[in-house]
Amino acid sequence: MTDDHSHIVPYQTFVIVWCALLVLTGITVWVAQYNLGAWNVWVALTIATFKSGLVVAYFMHMKYEQWLFKLSLLSALAILAIFIGFTFFDVLYR
Amino acid sequence: MSGHVHKDYIGAKFGMWLFLFTEVLLFGGLFILYAVYLARYPQEFISAGGELDVRFGGGNTLVLLTSSLFVAISITALRREKVRLAMGLLGATIGCAALFMINKYFEWTAKFSHGIYPGSEHFAAMKPGEVVFFNIYYLTTGLHGIHVVIGAIILAWTMCLIRSGRVNAKDWVILENAGLYWHLVDLIWIFIFPLYYLVLH
Repeated sequence: MTDDHSHIVPYQTFVIVWCALLVLTGITVWVAQYNLGAWNVWVALTIATFKSGLVVAYFMHMKYEQWLFKLSLLSALAILAIFIGFTFFDVLYR
Repeated sequence: MSGHVHKDYIGAKFGMWLFLFTEVLLFGGLFILYAVYLARYPQEFISAGGELDVRFGGGNTLVLLTSSLFVAISITALRREKVRLAMGLLGATIGCAALFMINKYFEWTAKFSHGIYPGSEHFAAMKPGEVVFFNIYYLTTGLHGIHVVIGAIILAWTMCLIRSGRVNAKDWVILENAGLYWHLVDLIWIFIFPLYYLVLH
């Protein structure tokens, strides 16, 4: 089989990703001791987005999937962004 | 026609992803609640969120990240015919799930003993914004905790299927889908941890 799903991810790749996730967790805990005002949330969300990107791409194998999977993930995230964005159009300018 | 079973690997996995998207939207709704009420009650969210203990949240973050590593490696192990290693890693993941819930038990018990739970007298005396914070906190982490328990049950069932040979190096999609579910549980915690345990301190 030459399909994408025949790709076996080596152990080392997962261990490297796990180390990166631990480092990012350390950074998010470290940066939280500084009061950055409204930026607290945005910095935390940016780091969390990087962490989830690693989990999705490697642990969840998305990097090795075909375009249909990637496109559907993007659509789901776009729907989530619309969901959040339109709620805030209402809430902030009420 | 001697017992040939048609396997649609891509279809099985795509179906799992579609289900995971609905889960993302479910938790997305809870994160919207958090964001809207944070915008409305910033001071109360900080005073209430300050009560959460970073050690519980951080400890559980390490437990879940490590358990995700175990599941990811177990798939590679099974496909390399290292069945015992794959089983051991799944057992360790279920152990991590138990550790997570024990941690959560102590965390919630400590909150309850301070009268912080819906319906208590202490709760009724809190400011509205603080009550909202703890309601969303219990709802979100409670729903996530249910997902941890379900994920552990699914992984235990997958272990049974590996033991019986139904899931093997040639046919591993059930393990892969169970793993996807477990990673989603990890993914949601990656957002819960900073939003509830860090940014409000």
